[in-house]
Amino acid sequence: MTLTITNASKTYPDGTRALRPTSLTVGPGEILSLLGPSGCGKTTLLRIIAGLERPDPGSEVRFGDEDVTRLAVERRNVGMVFQSYALFPNMSVCANIGYGLKVRKVPAAELTRRVDEVLALCRLEDHAERPVTALSGGQRQRVALARAVAPRPRILLLDEPLSALDAALRDSLRDELAAMLRQFDITAVFVTHDQSEALAIADRIAVMSDGVMQQIGKPEELYRSPASAFVARFIGNAMPLPGRMEPGRLVLKGGVLPVPEAAGRSDVYVRAEDIHLDEDGPLQGTLETVSFSGGHYRLGIRDVVEDTLFATHPGRQAPAPGDRVRLRISPDDLVFLPQSGHMPE
Amino acid sequence: MHMTMPRVLQLAVTLLTAAFLIVPAIQSVLAGLTVNYFRGISSGLTLKWLGQVWELYAGSIALSMWLAVTCLAVTLVIGVPAAYALAKSPGRMSRVLEEFISLPLAVPGLALALALLQLYGSMQGFRTSWLFILVGHVLYTLPFMVRSVLAVLMAMDLRSLEESAATLGASSWTRFRTVVVPNAMPGILAGALTVVTLSIGEFNLTWMLHTPYLKTLPVGLADSYASMRLEIASAYTLVFFVMIVPLLMAMQWATDRAQRITR
Repeated sequence: MTLTITNASKTYPDGTRALRPTSLTVGPGEILSLLGPSGCGKTTLLRIIAGLERPDPGSEVRFGDEDVTRLAVERRNVGMVFQSYALFPNMSVCANIGYGLKVRKVPAAELTRRVDEVLALCRLEDHAERPVTALSGGQRQRVALARAVAPRPRILLLDEPLSALDAALRDSLRDELAAMLRQFDITAVFVTHDQSEALAIADRIAVMSDGVMQQIGKPEELYRSPASAFVARFIGNAMPLPGRMEPGRLVLKGGVLPVPEAAGRSDVYVRAEDIHLDEDGPLQGTLETVSFSGGHYRLGIRDVVEDTLFATHPGRQAPAPGDRVRLRISPDDLVFLPQSGHMPE
Repeated sequence: MHMTMPRVLQLAVTLLTAAFLIVPAIQSVLAGLTVNYFRGISSGLTLKWLGQVWELYAGSIALSMWLAVTCLAVTLVIGVPAAYALAKSPGRMSRVLEEFISLPLAVPGLALALALLQLYGSMQGFRTSWLFILVGHVLYTLPFMVRSVLAVLMAMDLRSLEESAATLGASSWTRFRTVVVPNAMPGILAGALTVVTLSIGEFNLTWMLHTPYLKTLPVGLADSYASMRLEIASAYTLVFFVMIVPLLMAMQWATDRAQRITR
């Protein structure tokens, strides 16, 4: 089912504008992620889609051809996974999953069949009769997902579904969740503040900040050609390279970097994984910090630009703090953005 | 086995305190079962006084039971939705309202009864009906129900639970029935038993509100102390014990159960 949002906005009674007019289309079976820091309006948008928040006049939400803007939440037929999961503590796993079917008065035989089906899909058969309070975090998350999809909702909404889990579990459940969502083949909107979750799970990502949708596109698109400094920083932590732009070159504190002629007057950004240690590199700096993070070292380098520049170094050994290092950045890996105006010399 | 000095002292104080409390109760119970209180147990044991209590005060006992049950029904019907409403709107107004509901706890029962009498005392049919006493009991016990239910509702994530039920298609009445009430059950149960025991034992207010034809258990007790033989009054106490002790035990059990569910 296609989800179409037109000019959705939300202003609270105290005048706070949680969401500026936003339009968005999510195709059938597509998984869209709303990504942004807390307070960016992503949860508000999700709650408007669910019907839990009443948008400002002029907003429109359509499920397929049906205008649901004024339809009460209980009649919208959406499935929602809450951040806290909000499982009913007075019910068993089975009863939680069957709740949506039961309130819709689905006949008992059909209900049992559908619950069993979803139990199997979410690999919860062994826990069917247990109280939800006896489950682990990961199991609870699966119950919440199973409960949301059991009534076959038109749209599936997920509000930070992984943030209640501890870090170790989160990584493994992220891929599991991505696989399950593909399996359901249902239009889904999924809110997160964690870029790695969005990159791993979503077909498309909408980056939001301050109630405004900054950019929407495929994960690779957002990563390779961000439209604004915010997106560049938020996805993949791009760092600015403030320097003097000259035709075909960028003059930095630590050296001169070749750039394509076409770059013109723009702000230049680079990501840590695109900065390489190279004895013949054009840039020079002093190593300030070295931290080992398993697969690679994270190097903090000063004197290349005003701020510390970070580089990831995949080698088995790293230079020591205080060493002079030379760096190479391929022109293809640079991110060029329209000049913001303010630029330190 | 040697006991240290502090242990001995501790035991002695505990036993003394227990004896101080329980001996009068035992004595009273025994008095209700002896043939002649002034001659003591040696005069023999009898159930005669219990029989007389039943003859004289069966009506009071029935009235008390009936009042407790109806009082419970009313506090459930008013108190549970009230607690739900308070829990759903965590504004300043609801805090003020919560305090307001609790006011009857702080005001002496006599004052409450006086107020009721001043306002409704002249309404003949109402004044002489058991409903008049019921109003007093509800006024006095409602805060216990509201507070007990409210505490449980506030401890859970009511908003998310209701929202998730709503996205699953449940109307507000269905949500209340299938999610709110079952999860508030420990609080409702604890509140219910408090209400019942308080209603059965309430004296202050009831004594002011009662008429000669409408005596509750405690009012009857006071009456028998004032006008009957000591043996009958004591037998009355025994009847009271027999009724109230199982209730207290049930209350304890419910509280334990409630704690187990919340954990």
